[in-house]
Amino acid sequence: MNRIGLHRIGVVLALVGIGLSLSACGYNTIPTLEETAKARWSDVQNQYQRRADLIPNLVATVQGYAAQEKSVLTAVVEARAKATQVKVDASQLTDPDKLKAFQDAQNQLSGALGRLLAVSENYPDLKSNANFLALQSQLEGTENRIAVARRDYIEAVRTYNTALRTFPTVLWAKTAFSGNKPMAEFTATEGAEKPPQVKF
Amino acid sequence: MPLRHSKRGWPNNPETEPALFGRFTPCCNGAFVPGLLVAGAIVLWFASFALAALDFPALTGRVVDQAGVMNATSRANVDAKSKELEEKSGIQLVVATVKSLQGGDIETYANQLFRFWKLGEAKKNNGVLLLVAPTEHKVRIEVGYGLEGTLTDALSSVIISSAIVPRFKTGDFSGGIERGVDGIISVLSGDSAEWQRKVNVRTDESSTDFDKLFPLLFFAVLFLVMWYLIRHAGGGPGAGGRRGGVGPIILGSGWGGGFGGGGFSGGGGFDGGGFSGGGGSSGGGGASGGW
Repeated sequence: MNRIGLHRIGVVLALVGIGLSLSACGYNTIPTLEETAKARWSDVQNQYQRRADLIPNLVATVQGYAAQEKSVLTAVVEARAKATQVKVDASQLTDPDKLKAFQDAQNQLSGALGRLLAVSENYPDLKSNANFLALQSQLEGTENRIAVARRDYIEAVRTYNTALRTFPTVLWAKTAFSGNKPMAEFTATEGAEKPPQVKF
Repeated sequence: MPLRHSKRGWPNNPETEPALFGRFTPCCNGAFVPGLLVAGAIVLWFASFALAALDFPALTGRVVDQAGVMNATSRANVDAKSKELEEKSGIQLVVATVKSLQGGDIETYANQLFRFWKLGEAKKNNGVLLLVAPTEHKVRIEVGYGLEGTLTDALSSVIISSAIVPRFKTGDFSGGIERGVDGIISVLSGDSAEWQRKVNVRTDESSTDFDKLFPLLFFAVLFLVMWYLIRHAGGGPGAGGRRGGVGPIILGSGWGGGFGGGGFSGGGGFDGGGFSGGGGSSGGGGASGGW
């Protein structure tokens, strides 16, 4: 009877010990880093969404002064419509193609916006319009927020991908989290590191 | 957490401990500890390397005039105004002038400097940085997450273009910075009587009572489960009563030294006499300008 009791105590202590050592040996590291990277991704999407939300207002303002620039305005509206359709869910981050499609759509919009702002140069009344100036600074601020959010995402993904490949977390990556794949980073083509300047 | 783990004082006496310990905790054996330490050191080294890409001045006060473009009077004025603002609202406003942006753009530099200094309180992120780069002819107001709704990009832009840039163009850095700080403070405060109403800082989720109680609950449940198992291990309820006391004693001797190792330090904050950031962050809010 006494022996059995002690044995049980030993088992219980061992179970507790295993639990503690699991967390101490980095079992939690991979899920934590994965969630961080996903959160950084949602920041990226939020900032792009914020930019998309500013555009109808901007288009309306420009239209009031430069209605004849129809092709440029239409290009912006269409690019915006396309860009807002491409969404990358946090669970799809391991798919580089999805991320590339997202990036391409956003770059398309960046290009169209750049042309719109370049065209606005030709309309002095528009350039001195208070509403336009406010929108312009908001757009600049949003582009900068996008840059920051992208940088944070890239950093988070780098940390996560490193954890999947380095000791000691690689032990967990190969066993308990063998389903976890490295996440895709933004490709650094087309000046993607830095969004196009929307300065005048 | 390999470093902390190595201090845990894990029982490593195979004769007296159940064999299970050795079998189920492979990476916790003594032989692995040096490896973990080395890995930890390498990770830390890389982390510090990543941060050191840009070279930042030390946060010596509310005004860090590295470029040396301000006169003593306006430094004192700005310092006093910023101090008053922080005492009233908790908002940390810091003015920095730098000799060089080190090849980058002012947006990146300002954001990283803001995060390096951790301006504003950690939960409110209510910091503001006015950064001037006289060499590059650039100025930026970098706004912490929590104040983005009050000191908007548009308002920051207006402050820069109307209060700061015209004076910088004539070489009057002290005047431009002072007027800029006045503008920022007036936006953040509005009328001093309406202080509370005007500044709506966005707060991060604060920890609830449940979060604080959770560790206690966790250990309470753990204790109950163990007690239950130990009690029923003997089979008879009569005998169990006495053995119930054995568990906690073993626990106490086995883990007693373990939990002291980690310890919490740092955390940032407003200590003693020196001025330091409170742990806030920024996501690139604000506006930039040039002259």
